[in-house]
Amino acid sequence: MDIKDKIREKLGAKIINWQENSPRRIYFEVKKEDIFETAKFLFKDLGLRFSIASGMENPASLEILYHFSNDNTGEFYSVRVHIEDKKNPAIDSITPIFVGAEWIEREIWEMLGINFIGHPNLKRLLLAEDWPQGQYPLRHNHES
Amino acid sequence: MSHKVIVPIGPYHPLQEEPEFFQLYVDGERVVDIDIIIGYNHRGIEQLAETKHFDQVAFLVERICGICSSSHPYAYVLAVEDILGGEREVVPERALYIRTIIDELQRLHSHLLWLGLAGHFIGYNTVWMWAWKYREPVLDCFEMITGNRQNYAMFKIGGVRRDIKDEDIPVLKKALDELVPAIEMFRGAVMDDPVIKMRLKEAGTLTKQQAIDWCVVGPTARASGINIDIRRDEPYGVTDRVNWSVIIENDGDVFAKTIVRILEMNESVHIIRQCLEKMPKGKIDADIKDVPPGEGIGRVEAPRGECFHYIRSDGTNRPVRLKIRAPSFMNVASDKVAAVGGTISDAALTLAAVDPCYCCTARLAVIDKPSNKKIMNGWDLVKLSQEKTEKLKQGLSDTGK
Repeated sequence: MDIKDKIREKLGAKIINWQENSPRRIYFEVKKEDIFETAKFLFKDLGLRFSIASGMENPASLEILYHFSNDNTGEFYSVRVHIEDKKNPAIDSITPIFVGAEWIEREIWEMLGINFIGHPNLKRLLLAEDWPQGQYPLRHNHES
Repeated sequence: MSHKVIVPIGPYHPLQEEPEFFQLYVDGERVVDIDIIIGYNHRGIEQLAETKHFDQVAFLVERICGICSSSHPYAYVLAVEDILGGEREVVPERALYIRTIIDELQRLHSHLLWLGLAGHFIGYNTVWMWAWKYREPVLDCFEMITGNRQNYAMFKIGGVRRDIKDEDIPVLKKALDELVPAIEMFRGAVMDDPVIKMRLKEAGTLTKQQAIDWCVVGPTARASGINIDIRRDEPYGVTDRVNWSVIIENDGDVFAKTIVRILEMNESVHIIRQCLEKMPKGKIDADIKDVPPGEGIGRVEAPRGECFHYIRSDGTNRPVRLKIRAPSFMNVASDKVAAVGGTISDAALTLAAVDPCYCCTARLAVIDKPSNKKIMNGWDLVKLSQEKTEKLKQGLSDTGK
């Protein structure tokens, strides 16, 4: 059974949609409440490598893509999560599962203002200490 | 806690002269903790990319880094071509070969640059001079092909901007022929010299499990026994049409990282030679006009590891979002485990062993050194490191008597 089938079997109904843009580019969406379990399954059980996470702002939501790489086959899995609450966005941190996510969660926190619940060291990574609080450079509308 | 001393390194790294700030907490000779502070050169390139049209972004991302200045544009054009259906679908044959040649030439110059700095750092200034001497012909090749020693402006969506002329090929081949004995010399110098071996062995070890947990990439991961290389795992250019091998070492120390980089140079030479033989004639550019809506990912094995670009297009001429992750972003964080537990004279070497590249992030600032703390600056650490090598040399010659 290949990795794709294992993911579908284990996560089942938690997968909101599944999309394969090409054999090596697999995107699937889960609810934000399920991200901890999903990341743990991909990283710990399937042994995928965490490549990075991409955070971005959409008109209706904040979106994070967690990119995992299967270095045996070249398949690249991107787990999509939408956070609708743009006023107080929050999601579970995956840093407790593996420490490699620590920096990128700090970066998304300071750039987009998404709070990572359970992050052990949520402080600024790139921005200056005197950068005003509550201003998030990658939000298109700073005052929102 | 009372006798703990804080040693600040940076914001300029003693080895790389790039802006980063390490705060080492030491107890006697031993490093007990480390704080890594980056961001001194943060230029907001991701956001800036949203204001440029697709063609301009290739030039913009090229300026992220002056050493791996083909990795970022390559990863970027791969990401855009991912939306268009994939590199192989879009890019003409000849351009694929030219892309791989440029990418491997860049690896040669980058690894030689690192080797020279590492040599200087442990007090082997001859290695430094020689490595940089042999790096120079590689840069000359770049100048001949692209017109520039750095920032080659070769990559564009759907192809490359300049062709490799027939009369350039013998010059390139000759430069490679002359480089091979030099790489062999460096390999011998590092593997056979007892002092270098003693100095680099078991310094700054990153175990395989640590490498997995910190998600490190490139030579840093391969030196810890992790078998990854994007050139093989997700071939781009013509990396699957030429013979070469992935170099793996298992010890995870600075010695292993050095060996991986030196042996990889041989593979790069091997790849370029085959490309020059096999390269067909033909177009070098597919002349792409529009980028359809969609999202794409491009990955390139930069000299330091996987370079990642994610792009989203809404059908206009500008990207909606460009996410960039340089390999050092993952590798530098792992210094936290590699340096802790080692001695302070190894610290600077360990921090440099991942070949850190911070061009991706930082603003310039003056850090107030805590006045009540004992201060060592970067140069003190280099001296400390060089003294340790001298002592080892001394010890060896004493036992020889």
